[in-house]
Amino acid sequence: MRYSGFKVITEGLFGNKGWKPAWRDPAPKAQYDAIIIGGGGHGLATAFYLAKNHGLTNIAVLEKGYLGSGNIGRNTTIVRANYFLPGNSEFYSHSMKLWEGMEAELNYNVMHSQRGLINLFHSDGQRDAFVRRGNAMINQGDDAILLDREGVREHLPYLDFEQTRFPIYGGLLHPRGGSARHDAVAWGYARGADQRGVDLIQNCEVTGIDIENGRVTGVQTTRGPIRAAKVGIIVAGRSGQVAAMAGMRLPIESHILQAFVSEGLKPVINHVISFGMGHFYISQSDKGGLVFGGDLDFYASYASRGNLPMVEHVMEAGMTLMPMIGRAKVLRSWGGIMDMTPDGSPIIDRTHIDGLFIDCGWNYGGFKAVPASGWCMAHLMATGQPHEVARRFRLDRFATGHLLDEEGTGSQHNLH
Amino acid sequence: MRITCPLCGPRDRREFYYYGSDDYLNRPGPEADPSAWDNYLHLRDNPAGITTDLWYHETGCTSWLKITRNTVTHDILSVDLVAPLEPPAKPRRRAAP
Ligand SMILES: Cc1cc2nc3c(=O)[nH]c(=O)nc-3n(C[C@H](O)[C@H](O)[C@H](O)COP(=O)(O)OP(=O)(O)OC[C@H]3O[C@@H](n4cnc5c(N)ncnc54)[C@H](O)[C@@H]3O)c2cc1C
Ligand SMILES: [Zn+2]
Repeated sequence: MRYSGFKVITEGLFGNKGWKPAWRDPAPKAQYDAIIIGGGGHGLATAFYLAKNHGLTNIAVLEKGYLGSGNIGRNTTIVRANYFLPGNSEFYSHSMKLWEGMEAELNYNVMHSQRGLINLFHSDGQRDAFVRRGNAMINQGDDAILLDREGVREHLPYLDFEQTRFPIYGGLLHPRGGSARHDAVAWGYARGADQRGVDLIQNCEVTGIDIENGRVTGVQTTRGPIRAAKVGIIVAGRSGQVAAMAGMRLPIESHILQAFVSEGLKPVINHVISFGMGHFYISQSDKGGLVFGGDLDFYASYASRGNLPMVEHVMEAGMTLMPMIGRAKVLRSWGGIMDMTPDGSPIIDRTHIDGLFIDCGWNYGGFKAVPASGWCMAHLMATGQPHEVARRFRLDRFATGHLLDEEGTGSQHNLH
Repeated sequence: MRITCPLCGPRDRREFYYYGSDDYLNRPGPEADPSAWDNYLHLRDNPAGITTDLWYHETGCTSWLKITRNTVTHDILSVDLVAPLEPPAKPRRRAAP
């Protein structure tokens, strides 16, 4: 079924009785050409592009819970292409272009809103670093505008510019940055994949990976064994456990990241604002809630909830930056399990087992990457060759020293 | 989360710095091959459940601690000093320069 304004009006006139489920609920077949483990944003986008770009439609996505029950439904939805290092820069630039065509491509409203992202700086040294980053973004073909303090004031008059700890010197505006509705992205890719014949199988946990003579032959699941000559592991925070089923140890430690949303308010924050020195960022959802968050809790964890010190820290940083939010009530907070790599960059690669591929290590920045990760992982699984823009996301780069340490903080899981 | 330091007693989580898995205690020798270093520095079991990791009592007694805990429930099962306390050795007389 195609969605359109006309369809919304006619359904409204006739009691909304004509809507059909957006995807089927098939039982698993005994065999597929390819299996994707994990029905998050990356798994669903991979399935969609395998079908759309490579004509592979006899495939299944196996999800242990319901589609979108993981980080894709828990993130704070910042979409940006402001990376600096070769390797990251071209990948996120590619992703941004896919975002810009996503709604038309999927015939689905993902509420992608390029409202502009402003990264604040607070010293001369930081300003120089931002000039350099902005130039790297422009060289990559993306957009960046350096704002001085008065320039920031025009956009964000409500910030406390004179705060004693981090007075605001200016900001880097990334006009094409913004946000999107997170679950809608999962649903849009799910519906698109289903329409092309992909089986989306929910409540189906993978419990083992079958390997014969160094080749993958299928998986064991809570709904029985399923055979396939190609298997992609795309399970974000659970990457360590699923890779262990194939006897692998990954360069990944899972950490918890929290986020918060306030009660619905009238429109007040038009941009996405990032206050790096306070480890704080904020935007306002279309429903009116202030969506904000901070840093990791900073210890390995699989609990989908965090601890109070980070809650306090985030609230303090928010009050430092924009005291006007002090009267808003926090409605909810939650946590997601982040697949942290030592250098903070992702992995899209083959493994040492033939036919077994892995896409992981998205840290806390994998939402913006959903379309390009799906595009590149599909390319890798279909052709056996890394896609041009993802060729540096190697699994062995830590052993070989080809790190992609975007923040320059060092090669240790808890530093990014 | 509270951590009971063997020297300081129960303290707030904020006093501690988390370093990482106790893989860091198995430092390879200088002759070890690169894959041993990769294992030591980067590759992790990353269990959902019981794990042992290293924490530093940064704003307390500054001891390095080995903590066994559950990554799913945040329960702390045991806290030990990485370097157990030993009775002070007899001061050795240094040769005059
Ligand atoms: C609080 C928070 C804020 C964030 N903010 C941003 C942001 O602003 N911008 C940004 O770009 N990124 C952000 N992220 C990161 C982003 O959400 C993730 O990097 C990304 O969603 C991970 O990829 P995914 O969508 O495929 O993961 P998930 O949605 O977690 O998908 C993995 C799926 O695999 C399934 N699975 C696991 N094990 C098995 C198994 N054995 N068998 C079958 N299925 C299995 C899980 O149930 C899950 O559904 C944020 C994350 C969090 C938690
Ligand atoms: Zn102590």
